[in-house]
Amino acid sequence: MKKQNQRAWLFVTPVLLLVAFNALIPMMTVVNYSVQETFGDNLFFWQGIDWFEQVLTSDRFHRALGRQFLFTFLILIIEVPLGVAIALAMPRQGFWVPFCLVTMALPMLIPWNVVGAMWNIFTLPDIGLLGYFMNHTLGIPYDMTQNPFAAWVTIIIMDVWHWTSLVVLLAYAGLVSIPNAYYQAAEIDGASGWAVFRFIQLPKMKTVLTIAILLRFMDSFNIYTEPFVLTGGGPGNSTTLLSIDLVKIALGQFDLGPAAAMSLIYFAITLLASWLFYTLMTMNDNKS
Amino acid sequence: MAQIKLSNLRHSYRPDPAADDDYALKKIDLTWEDGGAYALLGPSGCGKSTLLNIISGLLVPSEGSILFDDTDVTALPPARRNIAQVFQFPVIYDTMTVYDNLAFPLRNRGRDEAIVKQRVTAIAEMLEVAGMLSTRASNLSPDNKQKISMGRGLVREDVNVVMFDEPLTVIDPHLKWKLRSKLKELHQRVRATMIYVTHDQTEALTFADQVVVMQDGEVVQIGTPVELFERPAHTFVGHFIGSPGMNVLPCEVRDGAAFFGGDNVALEGPADSAGGGRAEVGIRPEFVSVSASGSGIAAHVRKVADIGRHKVVEAVAHDSRIHAILEGEAPNPGEAVMLDFKRSQTRLYKDGWLASRPEGAVR
Repeated sequence: MKKQNQRAWLFVTPVLLLVAFNALIPMMTVVNYSVQETFGDNLFFWQGIDWFEQVLTSDRFHRALGRQFLFTFLILIIEVPLGVAIALAMPRQGFWVPFCLVTMALPMLIPWNVVGAMWNIFTLPDIGLLGYFMNHTLGIPYDMTQNPFAAWVTIIIMDVWHWTSLVVLLAYAGLVSIPNAYYQAAEIDGASGWAVFRFIQLPKMKTVLTIAILLRFMDSFNIYTEPFVLTGGGPGNSTTLLSIDLVKIALGQFDLGPAAAMSLIYFAITLLASWLFYTLMTMNDNKS
Repeated sequence: MAQIKLSNLRHSYRPDPAADDDYALKKIDLTWEDGGAYALLGPSGCGKSTLLNIISGLLVPSEGSILFDDTDVTALPPARRNIAQVFQFPVIYDTMTVYDNLAFPLRNRGRDEAIVKQRVTAIAEMLEVAGMLSTRASNLSPDNKQKISMGRGLVREDVNVVMFDEPLTVIDPHLKWKLRSKLKELHQRVRATMIYVTHDQTEALTFADQVVVMQDGEVVQIGTPVELFERPAHTFVGHFIGSPGMNVLPCEVRDGAAFFGGDNVALEGPADSAGGGRAEVGIRPEFVSVSASGSGIAAHVRKVADIGRHKVVEAVAHDSRIHAILEGEAPNPGEAVMLDFKRSQTRLYKDGWLASRPEGAVR
């Protein structure tokens, strides 16, 4: 065994303490609830892993989880290519650069509940700009409070509108860091536009794109506020994503035990998926 | 393979150039002979890279034309000029193997895979990277990366010219020498025209048969390394080449004779009578001898630097600093000495340009 310098732990300790107090210790409360039943008055009964079994075998959880994966999958396959395409189309220098950057950043600066409220009003069939236009000008029936498909289209478009910029800005940062000589060399080598993208731009964007995908995965998998304000999970349960369902169980039905168990399962899935993503995407770098 | 002719070339990065100063390249008329090893030497910002990018087609000149043999290529894009360029920082395609990197320019041009293999193997052999053909290019050291960049330039058998834009900037000093001799060797083997841009005189003088010296967007002198050293056409060349550079001393010209602070300085031969302007005497430190007494110009020694093979003496005469390079014994700082200039190497410059010629030379 090689002897290692253990002093590095000292430098990590402050962060560990911070994370312990704002995340790990509070989460222990959740762990506490997840294995017990309570009827209030601080009276607890040991329940073992019953809540976990109940959540994992419940149809309701499966459907919410399915919707969650569908949502995340859809926004990722739209936002990532779209973001890269917009970044490629943006000017690299000149007068329009700050204009484009600020315009891109604007949606991200809007608070999440405001985004939900904006889109809610925007899509109202009788007075919303989009809703009125669809129903009365184009004659296409569009009411996301009635039609699950319309509701899904709306939350997807809302998320694309809100968060594609993140991918754009990260991809753009990757693009502008490519020295001009690469493009010049490719031109001299007779490379096609596609080859330039495939062999120069994409490899140079890879690191930032990994981060972008990871961030978008985590954020979209945990999304709550915007769809809650926009659809409230409806119509029916059609847009009830995991987080919305969790809040319904925890604060609506006040089933603290199952809600705690569900939280932990939810957390584990997010953690596992993020880890898988990251490992898969960086695997190639370690190959020689 | 072709002769490259630049005719009346001017280039400005401004949209509406008016004065001469607006031009990065003022007026270039230059012919690069087929198969030559050229160096383009000049300080940073003199227009070397601009000139290079115009030859490769990355830039279109504001005025003038570029001819490859007798074909006008001024408007052609780089891919259609059949040229190669190696940049200051190694450009490699990270995700590809060394083999794929070298094959890239050929595959883009739709060459047969058998020919690709043959060319890549041959070039890898020449550059001594044959053992790394299957490694990912991103894992190479900087000097090997730069070799791959060079290899991509040389892999096409029919390139008109290979241009190097300060290719050794990021290479460790002890590897610079190796790569430089490699380049020289490659030139002898592939016989392509090569233009090597640099601001380092050692690089230029060791690589090139012909050196083109540029300053402020103009070509100041074209010549062999020996010509540049012995007869700089401009005081700038005298300063820029040599270490230390040529001594350039203010002088007065009376009846064809030069006087430096009242002392007569014997020139190599007759001075051009035409043209007035600021007159200066130029003499290389290598041709200044120092003696304790005797004939010459009285001076006192200010500094002596021992740089190994020889000593550099800095003396002051008539408020001008004069360097002398001495083998063996040198005077001490503070001593009064006499400086003697070797006559055949003493030149006259007027307004910076050479204005004397050797005895007996016909003008």
